[in-house]
Amino acid sequence: MDFSIYDFTSFNQGIDKFFFENLTPFWATVVEMTIIGLVFLIFYALVALFLIYAERKVCAFMQNRVGPNRVGPYGFFQLIADFIKLMLKEVIPIKNADKFLFNLAPFIVVIASFMAMAAIPFAKGLHAVDLDIGILYVIAVSSMGVIGILLAGWSSNNKYSLIGAMRSGAMIVSYELSVGLSLITIIILSGTMQFSAIVEGQANGWFIFKGHIPALIAFVIFLISSTAEANRGPFDLAEAESELTAGFHTEYSGIKFALFYMCEYMNMFIVSSIAATVFLGGWMPFHIGGCDGFNHIMDFIPPFIWYLGKTFFLVWVMMWFKWTFPRLRIDQVLTLEWKYLLPINLVNILFMAFIVLMGWHF
Amino acid sequence: MKEVINPPVRNIEDEEYHINIGPQHPSTHGVLRMVVSIQGETVKSLKPHCGYIHRGIEKMCEKDTYQQIIHLTDRMDYLSAHINNHVVCLLVERALEVAVPERVQYIRTIVDELTRIASHQLWWGCFGMDMGGQTCLLYGMRDREKIMDIFEESFGSRLLHSYYTPGGLMGDIHPNFQKRVKEFITYFRKKIHDYDNILTGNVIMQERTKGVGILTKEEAIDYGVTGPIGRASGFSCDVRKYHPYGVYDKVDFKEILGTQGDTFSRYMMRMHEMRESMKILEQLIDNIPAGDYSAKMKAVIKLPAGEYYQRVEAARGELGVYVVSDGNKTPYRMKFRSSSFSNLSALDHMSRGFKIADLIAIGGSLDYVIPDIDR
Repeated sequence: MDFSIYDFTSFNQGIDKFFFENLTPFWATVVEMTIIGLVFLIFYALVALFLIYAERKVCAFMQNRVGPNRVGPYGFFQLIADFIKLMLKEVIPIKNADKFLFNLAPFIVVIASFMAMAAIPFAKGLHAVDLDIGILYVIAVSSMGVIGILLAGWSSNNKYSLIGAMRSGAMIVSYELSVGLSLITIIILSGTMQFSAIVEGQANGWFIFKGHIPALIAFVIFLISSTAEANRGPFDLAEAESELTAGFHTEYSGIKFALFYMCEYMNMFIVSSIAATVFLGGWMPFHIGGCDGFNHIMDFIPPFIWYLGKTFFLVWVMMWFKWTFPRLRIDQVLTLEWKYLLPINLVNILFMAFIVLMGWHF
Repeated sequence: MKEVINPPVRNIEDEEYHINIGPQHPSTHGVLRMVVSIQGETVKSLKPHCGYIHRGIEKMCEKDTYQQIIHLTDRMDYLSAHINNHVVCLLVERALEVAVPERVQYIRTIVDELTRIASHQLWWGCFGMDMGGQTCLLYGMRDREKIMDIFEESFGSRLLHSYYTPGGLMGDIHPNFQKRVKEFITYFRKKIHDYDNILTGNVIMQERTKGVGILTKEEAIDYGVTGPIGRASGFSCDVRKYHPYGVYDKVDFKEILGTQGDTFSRYMMRMHEMRESMKILEQLIDNIPAGDYSAKMKAVIKLPAGEYYQRVEAARGELGVYVVSDGNKTPYRMKFRSSSFSNLSALDHMSRGFKIADLIAIGGSLDYVIPDIDR
């Protein structure tokens, strides 16, 4: 397959070489990290802003409304106005709150979602680090976010926040299992945990097609459990507006609230991009084995577009969930995980292992 | 040597953890405060605190004439404002033995049923929102708007109409009224399917409401629970059937009774009621007789000395008004038996042992209007 026009490997290596030739190795690493950090920060903020806008528009269309339409073309600058407002707003100090943890909590949530982005490949050669245990790293890092939520709930000195945080804790501990197991199903199929190798492995067909029914089941389970992990949709028990006002971030205001708000969308983006990478081929264009002409046309669409298209499609599916389903109750959420998803997942892994063993996948 | 005193044994089962739901809370639908004693997520007991929007309507009635009282009743259960007006009008008309023109009775019945549908539409939206499906609210509001438009055209206002007067109506209906009501019925027959598709048939919704907040028939009677909530428990209590007013004795409609008495059957009761109301509307809308829109009434209404009680079926249950008159133009004492207040009293019993999320769902299915509780 020829991806040479969209291959960023040599470009990245050139930059890397340039720094290491002109600086000492220590300073070269520092400069590289700073540049990557800045690029990701800007990307992070832009994606979060875009997703908030998308959510407002999507939910408006689902609810027979227009959505933001006053500030700027199609109301796009509404977000920027909102963001400026949140930045300038007073952060209300909470009486008897644990000040240090209260201030720390939003940053932990942000850092967790920020770190997870490092491993995701956006195009060939376009990723911050290509760890050979990429999936393990992402699972480990993304589950750190719950610490922030727990801290926020605990330190706010608010009963609603505490209930919300406890719900979130119980939920994430359970759903981590399903996320992990459904990814393991694909690891069995791909034989690697490295994201770039997983994507390369899907050059002749995405894993969701390659792995037959077990891959499809794993994809559905991943979608459900990652929605729960991102505290979204029918699983937004930690926030539960109609029950707990705003759950764990009831007491947060101003920029700290903005951080939590942004993280909700970034987590959604991250889980969607993992799902897109692992199940739907990431930046890999859609290929049909044998149809060279068709495949060639598909290759001309840049991988970055493929990646974003798949990711935003999954994001849209998650928004669709959220605006059509009522919320589950906490015991139902846990029942769903422990009694249904987990056993299905374990059997599914067995099936997948069997398929791989027999060489039935293509 | 220091004496060691054993600290008292703390039993976590005995300790109470209270949370205040309200007065400002998205799901209390107003300024109701509930002090909920919880254990983990489970509700142990609940104490509603009323009075945050008490305006002393009953006391104010004592120095108002009967025509003025109509305007106060709008402010009680603002979602069934017409039906509230109706109860006072009926009471005055019965006390004075006024023969109300047939046309007035038809129009009142039609408008009452439209009000009931509008109220249930808003309830459906709010219930969906309490369950976490926020799209429902916008759907309910969208369809309620059609009725509000009909009201606005005929009565000149959208929420607090004060359209009924003792003896008749403020004015005649708009020429478009019948056409628009018929349009609404065809429109809403289609839309109510959407309601079923988005919420009734949803597996999450059914799982969350079936078997939750059960109220048996005996308990419903004990607590004085009426309306759709009482009927969901199997308590046949439709005032329209037992003490017909307006032209309810001339129309064919069913009083649907539930058997389960849980949140889901309360939900289904209202969905059925919307369909029954549309059936009533269809029977009446083409048959409004010609005639005056009001009977001849004296300018100053004085009820003969005595006690009077009148009841109607409001959207939330039985609405009663009790008047003691000493023969003056103002009542000596006026008391409203509001359905929301009685219905709320059963909330503690219904929600014990269920989760906080269930409490919100049960509260949503009770459909209380706070100004109706406090008055």
